[in-house]
Amino acid sequence: MQHLINSLAEKTPSMDRNGAAVIALHEVWKIYDTGEIRVEALRGVSLEIDRGDFVAIMGASGSGKSTMLNILGCLDRPTRGVYRLDGVDVSTFSPSERADIRNQNIGFIFQTFNLLSRTSVWENVEAPMLYSGTSKTERTRRIEEALQVVGIPEKAKALPNQLSGGQQQRVAAARALVNRPAILLADEPTGNLDSTTSEEIMTFLQRLNAEQGITLVMVTHEQEVANYASRQIQMKDGQILTDKKT
Amino acid sequence: MNYWMILKISLKALSRNKIRSALTMLGIIIGVAAVIATVSLGQGAQQQIQEEIASLGDSTVWVRAGSRRSWGVRSASGTMNTLKVADFEAMLNECPAVKAVSPSARSMAQVVFGNQNWNTRIEGYNELYPDMRNWTIAQGSFFDDSQVKAAARVAVLGNTVWQELFAGSDPVGQTIRVKNLSFQVIGTFKAKGYNTWGRDQDDIIIVPYTTVQKKFLGGALHVESGLVQAVNARATYAAEEQIRALLRQRHRLGPFQDDDFMIRNLSEIAESAEATNRTMRILLSTIAAVSLLVGGIGIMNIMLVAVSERTREIGIRMAIGARPSHVRIQFLSESIGLCLLGGILGLLTGIGISTAIAQGLGWPTMISYNSVVIAVLFSAAIGIFFGYYPAHKAAALDPIEALRYE
Repeated sequence: MQHLINSLAEKTPSMDRNGAAVIALHEVWKIYDTGEIRVEALRGVSLEIDRGDFVAIMGASGSGKSTMLNILGCLDRPTRGVYRLDGVDVSTFSPSERADIRNQNIGFIFQTFNLLSRTSVWENVEAPMLYSGTSKTERTRRIEEALQVVGIPEKAKALPNQLSGGQQQRVAAARALVNRPAILLADEPTGNLDSTTSEEIMTFLQRLNAEQGITLVMVTHEQEVANYASRQIQMKDGQILTDKKT
Repeated sequence: MNYWMILKISLKALSRNKIRSALTMLGIIIGVAAVIATVSLGQGAQQQIQEEIASLGDSTVWVRAGSRRSWGVRSASGTMNTLKVADFEAMLNECPAVKAVSPSARSMAQVVFGNQNWNTRIEGYNELYPDMRNWTIAQGSFFDDSQVKAAARVAVLGNTVWQELFAGSDPVGQTIRVKNLSFQVIGTFKAKGYNTWGRDQDDIIIVPYTTVQKKFLGGALHVESGLVQAVNARATYAAEEQIRALLRQRHRLGPFQDDDFMIRNLSEIAESAEATNRTMRILLSTIAAVSLLVGGIGIMNIMLVAVSERTREIGIRMAIGARPSHVRIQFLSESIGLCLLGGILGLLTGIGISTAIAQGLGWPTMISYNSVVIAVLFSAAIGIFFGYYPAHKAAALDPIEALRYE
């Protein structure tokens, strides 16, 4: 991971790397213009997230929280404004460069798990490392480690459809962590889980944040889930309404 | 990034839809099989034509009597009684480009030995025949000029006739019956095999031409055809011209009269065989090209289906860090894999077909190393050509859209 951040720094040598903020949005706009309809999903959002933060982004649907998460995850790029990841302006990166950032610096957890179907747990967790060219022995070591961390080492050979929702989300977490990203992005991670399993997953994420110091940004619309975070951001109409630490 | 692993992912995806993959490959299999069969048939035939011209001696020329014309209806060539034995003697004596001549007379006949019988061609020549047509004596000997003069009832058997009548036992000195006449077998020929037109060259009995004329053709003095050998291959054309001039003079033909004979050289015959062969090859190549095209379109179609079926998978892969180029390689290697596998199966099928044709129909085939390499490269090229668009479409997907795809 370090080599990629170094290479990021090289790409923009003049950029000042301000403080400990791992994520810095400055006046970010996202405008969808289909010609007939013009939707301003984000309207000048500025935000800084420090290393080791656990942030919950809340808001009604259409408030822009998912758009913001997509931009933070380098799945999308802002129409206007600057997004600095670890001090590097990634808002102008090409699709390939953004793919590398997603591979190395960011882990995703989705509401619908998004595991590769008909592909074993082991291979699902292995997938991100195939795109980073990790050696076979290193891959084996990391998969075993990641499955240990998420607590399902015995399920390595199982297929996703043989697992419960909570187990599938743990596999997704293992996959997200396997390249040791600095940031973990979670989009409604408990949206498809019952309350007991939700609690389990949230406790797990909280521990991950506390013990491993991983920066966690989570989108949710449930206050209960947001309460696990150390910082809650309310969004409305593409802007930040409130931003409070708990 | 790990290309080997991406290839493994592709192969896995193919093996998940076995029937679909097999059906998609069918077009390529048929196309490549047709290419291989065409090329091996064509090359085999070509090689055989060349060998045959060499074995016939490319310096030999056939002289045939002209065809009879009565009330505008022409009969087969050789039906005019214009060609005499003396004409051939004159050619040998007066044409400097002619090295050897042999009048010829033929007949079909039932041949009997003991309780075996066989229907074959009886051809009469003189004692020079084996040298002119590159025949080799296997057992016994050929007849000499005194036996020709005496119209001796002696016969030399082709390999097939020997096998059929004598089942491999020594025939020299034995007596066979042809049209109720007894002939003494004095020798056999070494096998020559099939010629370009599929005729068994060894299914033949050679006797003195004088014997055929006297015993089978009622003592006719004319001959329907004869074989002329030029002094060398380059002199063939000169020999033809000299023979034409001589025969026109001997037959007292005026300047406005047509020839009452025909001269054909063997390379012309070989050329016409080659032309037939070429038509056949063009036909098969067209079939091959069309089925490869159809196969390629089938591949493209199935890859487009695969891309839209697996949009979500593509989205997931992009989210976890697959570059567009990784996605492109994954889908390209799937279509190349399909085509290569189809190409290899087609190759085996084509080799099977060629072998079956060679053994079943007795046609010559030759599977060349080149055609194998070309078939494999060509099928890979089809995979790239028809797989590129679907793979590009997959690579150009927007990760967010792809992840949302249901």
